[in-house]
Amino acid sequence: MRAAVVVFPGSNCDRDMVVALRESGADVTTVWHKDADLPVNLDLVVIPGGFSFGDYLRCGAIAAQSPICRSVVNHANRGGYVLGICNGFQVLTETGLVPGALMRNSGLNFLCKTVHLIVETADSAFTSGYVQGTEIQVPIAHHDGNYFATDAELAGLRDEDRVAFSYSDNPNGSCDAIAGVLSSNRRVLGMMPHPERAMEPEMGSTDGQALFRALVGQTITA
Amino acid sequence: MKAIVTVMLKKGVLDPQGEAVKFALGGLGFLGVNGVRQGKMIELDLADGTDTAQVDEMCTRLLVNAVIESYTLEIL
Repeated sequence: MRAAVVVFPGSNCDRDMVVALRESGADVTTVWHKDADLPVNLDLVVIPGGFSFGDYLRCGAIAAQSPICRSVVNHANRGGYVLGICNGFQVLTETGLVPGALMRNSGLNFLCKTVHLIVETADSAFTSGYVQGTEIQVPIAHHDGNYFATDAELAGLRDEDRVAFSYSDNPNGSCDAIAGVLSSNRRVLGMMPHPERAMEPEMGSTDGQALFRALVGQTITA
Repeated sequence: MKAIVTVMLKKGVLDPQGEAVKFALGGLGFLGVNGVRQGKMIELDLADGTDTAQVDEMCTRLLVNAVIESYTLEIL
């Protein structure tokens, strides 16, 4: 699998993401936000966590308008895989690749801790390495992770089995305790928790490994 | 010419920051504050004669997230 990690000014999880993908067997490169084009024959684009453009205007709003994001949207529309973690999830909602929006945590505090997630579906390239209903431990680190979507959108997500992960103890006030959602073609995943920070026993959890191993096993080129 | 865009969270969307401000006002002894909603104002300095429709497009494409926010546009 060929993967690219997009780097914005303010990204801070890009190198962790490169390591997680490489350790899982992917051929990884990084691309700068001002690049207009993605590398050719790419399978996966990852938008990593961080504070792109200082979270100005709204989290992810400026990044979503950058030149590289037009290519990311085109990649997704061609059926390519896209993974957005934390700030990357916020960017994906701002581009419209996944529904909803991320608002300020309901308790107003920045949350940085390991949480329990429930795997809501194993029916995606990202989650096929888990058993549906399993609880996994993955860290969160965000101020704006309170997932909001309209009642109609939430019903649609449930009906189409597009909630990938939910929190077992909703820490940020998210609608339906949603932690991650899939696009309608199930090839775009946005999630607030950081699976790339749960890759080694020294990190406190290895539960992120199954996501990357399953994903890297996909070889369909967009 | 100038344009003022006022962005607010939609009715029905919980505003945790507004709730915190309301709580703090109560702590200062101000009684009767039934609710606080916090938004933002964006002032645009525009070339004279800029089409209002174009300013509206700036709002819908970047300045406002229609999923959670509503806005009013005032041309000065």
